[in-house]
Amino acid sequence: MAGNLRALRRRIRSTKSTKKIFSAQELIAGARIVRAQARVEASKPYAREITRVLSALASSASLDHSLLTERKNPRRAAVLVITSDRGFAGSYNVNVLRRTEELLSLLRQEGKEPVLYVVGRKGETYYRFRDRAMAETFTGFSEQPSYPDAQAVGRALIDVFTAGEDDDGSDGAGADGVLGVDELHIVYTEFRSLLSQVPVAKRMAPLEVEEVEEFDYEREDRESGTAAGSADSGVPTSYEFEPSAEALLDALLPKYVTTRIYAAMLEAAASESASRRRAMKSASDNAEELAKSLARQANQIRQADITQEISEIVGGSDALVSANADD
Amino acid sequence: MATLQVELVAVERTIWSGEASMVIARTTEGELGVLPGHAPMLGQLADGGVVTIRTAEGEDLVVAAHGGFLSVSKQGVSILAETAEIAGEIDVERAREALRRAEAESGDDPEALAAARRASSRLRAAGQDA
Repeated sequence: MAGNLRALRRRIRSTKSTKKIFSAQELIAGARIVRAQARVEASKPYAREITRVLSALASSASLDHSLLTERKNPRRAAVLVITSDRGFAGSYNVNVLRRTEELLSLLRQEGKEPVLYVVGRKGETYYRFRDRAMAETFTGFSEQPSYPDAQAVGRALIDVFTAGEDDDGSDGAGADGVLGVDELHIVYTEFRSLLSQVPVAKRMAPLEVEEVEEFDYEREDRESGTAAGSADSGVPTSYEFEPSAEALLDALLPKYVTTRIYAAMLEAAASESASRRRAMKSASDNAEELAKSLARQANQIRQADITQEISEIVGGSDALVSANADD
Repeated sequence: MATLQVELVAVERTIWSGEASMVIARTTEGELGVLPGHAPMLGQLADGGVVTIRTAEGEDLVVAAHGGFLSVSKQGVSILAETAEIAGEIDVERAREALRRAEAESGDDPEALAAARRASSRLRAAGQDA
């Protein structure tokens, strides 16, 4: 009995110390969400401005940039998956990877061969364990992505997309000898609120023209919101371009794609922390409960031990008394 | 006096926004000054360029902006940059060091060349010669 009690006490101690780790993780994640959300907010002015510039450009220039035009016979599609570097984040990675699998099978159905680009160590291990080929992986910044990180990813994707421009319909690599892709997709976790983070899959390139129009509305909303009294906001402004509109579009579109990757990474980082905080909260709650029920068991055993000891003593002294009486 | 509403935004945050009387920038086509009432315009800033914003109070705000665009509309001027630093915040020693390092390893590596251009524009914005 006493050995059992000691084992229980040891379990209580270890449960309590893991609980401390969980609640520390919970606090860290909580602080990170706040910072991640601030970074999402801070990146919005740039995204808004670049969208505004792009829509102004789109209304003036002809939309025949390679990032905008649909390829005739898409054969290969790059898929960028954003996962976390560390675990302890509940279902965060599982959800993103499941969404990715859905997208991959959809692409295969459409006859396109998916090419994987993975951000985050968890995604990397997932695909490596399953022996699936990855074109490139990027790790080490999932919790606090910086713009240069997004640039590195963006450059890789835009390069492979540009390389795909001259690929022929079969598996030939085309004039430049590099096998490229015809579409870019991104799968990341959208941060809706502290309680809801949803994995989403989006197509980044070719950019859809509908999206440009959608941005136009945003721009008008913004203009009518800020510049009250500008009666001519309905008339499209005619811009001068320096250099030409085509050259500007060339320079602007890759940056725009990179900005979108960066925004997705920031959202994913916020989601990761939110998911981790939730997971750590329930883990520390569970640990608390476990420690409580173990303590109750330990107390019961302790009481039973005492009761047994008392009854042994009483029994012993009774036996002595009756032995003495017999004498 | 008419003023321009200027917004200087980098990818990671808004660097500066406020009223200005004039903006001087260099696009890939050449030097350019924007006064209130300028025609709507979009321009690509030259790499390693320096943008000067003359604020409504008459002070000059010198900024090193890299990989940027300039958009002039009726509402004002917005300067978009991948990274931007205000002259007062530039660490001259570090920029000089970065320039030295980038020049040492440059040759024809585009990354190093870009790094050298960034460093020299930071130095010029800080009022040093590069």
